[in-house]
Amino acid sequence: MFAFVLRRFASMLLVLFCVVSITFFLMRSAPGGPFDRERELLPAARQALELKYHLNGTAWQQYTGYMGRLVHGDLGPSTKYKNRTVNELLAQTLPVSATLGGAAFLLATLGGITLGGWAAARRGAPEETGVMIASLLAISIPTFVPGPLLILVFSLWLGWLPVGGWGGAAYLLLPAVTLAGPYVAYIARLTRTSMLEVLGQDYIRTARAKGLAEWRVVARHAAKVALLPVVSFLGPLAANLLTGSIVVETIFNIPGAGGFFVNSIQNRDGFLLEGVVIVYCALLVGLNLLADLAYPWLDRRIKLYDEAV
Amino acid sequence: MTKPSDFPNAWQRLWARGNTVRVSLAVVALVALAAVFGPMLLPPSAAEVSAAQFAAPSWAHPFGTDLHGQDMLYRVLSGARVSLAVGIAGALIAFFIGTAYGLVSGYAGGKTDGAMMRFVEILYAVPRLIILLIAINAFDARMKTWLLDAGVPGLVNYSRIVILVLSLGLIEWLTMARIVRGQVLALKSRQFVLAARSLGQSHWKILTRHLLPNLLGVVIVYLTLTVPAVILDESFLSFLGLGIQAPQASWGSLLADGAQAINPVKSYWWLLVFPAVTMSATLLALNFLGDALRDVLDPREKH
Repeated sequence: MFAFVLRRFASMLLVLFCVVSITFFLMRSAPGGPFDRERELLPAARQALELKYHLNGTAWQQYTGYMGRLVHGDLGPSTKYKNRTVNELLAQTLPVSATLGGAAFLLATLGGITLGGWAAARRGAPEETGVMIASLLAISIPTFVPGPLLILVFSLWLGWLPVGGWGGAAYLLLPAVTLAGPYVAYIARLTRTSMLEVLGQDYIRTARAKGLAEWRVVARHAAKVALLPVVSFLGPLAANLLTGSIVVETIFNIPGAGGFFVNSIQNRDGFLLEGVVIVYCALLVGLNLLADLAYPWLDRRIKLYDEAV
Repeated sequence: MTKPSDFPNAWQRLWARGNTVRVSLAVVALVALAAVFGPMLLPPSAAEVSAAQFAAPSWAHPFGTDLHGQDMLYRVLSGARVSLAVGIAGALIAFFIGTAYGLVSGYAGGKTDGAMMRFVEILYAVPRLIILLIAINAFDARMKTWLLDAGVPGLVNYSRIVILVLSLGLIEWLTMARIVRGQVLALKSRQFVLAARSLGQSHWKILTRHLLPNLLGVVIVYLTLTVPAVILDESFLSFLGLGIQAPQASWGSLLADGAQAINPVKSYWWLLVFPAVTMSATLLALNFLGDALRDVLDPREKH
């Protein structure tokens, strides 16, 4: 177990290192720089700016310098938001993004599993067909379609919820629903298929033959095993919520990290961009590891550490 | 396994699956035909900027007009052209890379296979779309300067779309590679492969003559499912303003404009609703078709 976690952790670090390096050189490889949009600078002023923002020297020198500071937890300065460090900017915006992502994550998993289980229990009934058609619809529509439509209906026509921005729970509702929608649907489909398969197995018949109540059979015996495909989807789910949150934050004007990500590409704000990428990538790889670790806990027949060699 | 000779049969079985499949086929055909011929059939004035800013839907402009007074029907149809073209071209690139990678990995087996699949797993764990955004913007700027230096400024407008298609293809091949590799692993221990090998046929011939034709069914299924995935990716990039850029339009960029046109004072709903409905219907139909094709062609997925 320990060796497995250690090995996975090492590969996590390697992935992070590669992603950071690729991002760094991609940003530096494009022509133009972060100070091009400003009025013509005197050579001396330009040099001073480049020195201040660690943009002097060759690309390789910049790279090693950046990596060195990174090891100490210093993500560098932002070239767009003057006198602010990337650490400060991220500390301010990440909690917002994390709240939105966490709410959507809970909504997607709990809602999806409930709906999927319900559809499986109502096998053959019109409710099942309804859930299945609705979920295929939700999967096919990109998040940026329901987002503005929800604003149109609930904020502008009905006036129940705020149009956008960030504040209390009322501000969280529409964005979280928009972000979670397609994944509620996807998880519902996964749960239904796998629940139907598990409910047909012998050990479930045994449990029923023992005279256990139906909810006990489903909740205690079937659910744990039937949830395996859902657990293996949690990694991709986290990835999709991360990228999805960029769009949702743009739609609802939420001051999270996603907006900074998009702006930093357009503003050529290298350090900020790399900072956001590092955080996103680390989150993603970490969540994938967690999902892998949950596997043997849910199904005792699965052994991770043998096949991981 | 599905042999190429089974395809006429597969069409019949697909058609026999009922109304969902027929409606989906009709929707896809309709959107494709409208995208190809629609912009030509509309009066030429539809493409032009006019004084009729934000006109509501009417007989003259069934989908209304936008900020620049352009006809929205024309915009949606030319957007469909771009979106569908990007989707198909990107899926084809993913198809070539994925099939080749999966074939080699499965056929080589052993350590090569292990290393190649480990690489795919690592790529799965990377936020690919995010890296892609950065890559497109870096390479696009570079290619534009290169095209200008090479003296072909006429191609500058197309540099972004070419890079977009290439990079979308480059991120969507992973699932294809995995599935092809799984199929090859199962196929290569079969007798006809053994026979071909003992007759002394080259690896290349075994791969192209014996394995590839047997994979076609499965590969076509995932090609169908990759097209909507690429369209979705493209619309995501364009929505953020980092994909297709004005004056060109795609469904994603139209939706981005539509979302911006919604404000508390006056909501121009037609800017949002028409591209949204067209795009969603197309994606839904493509996904339905892919699922139905999978049931017909992919024997493993039968329940």
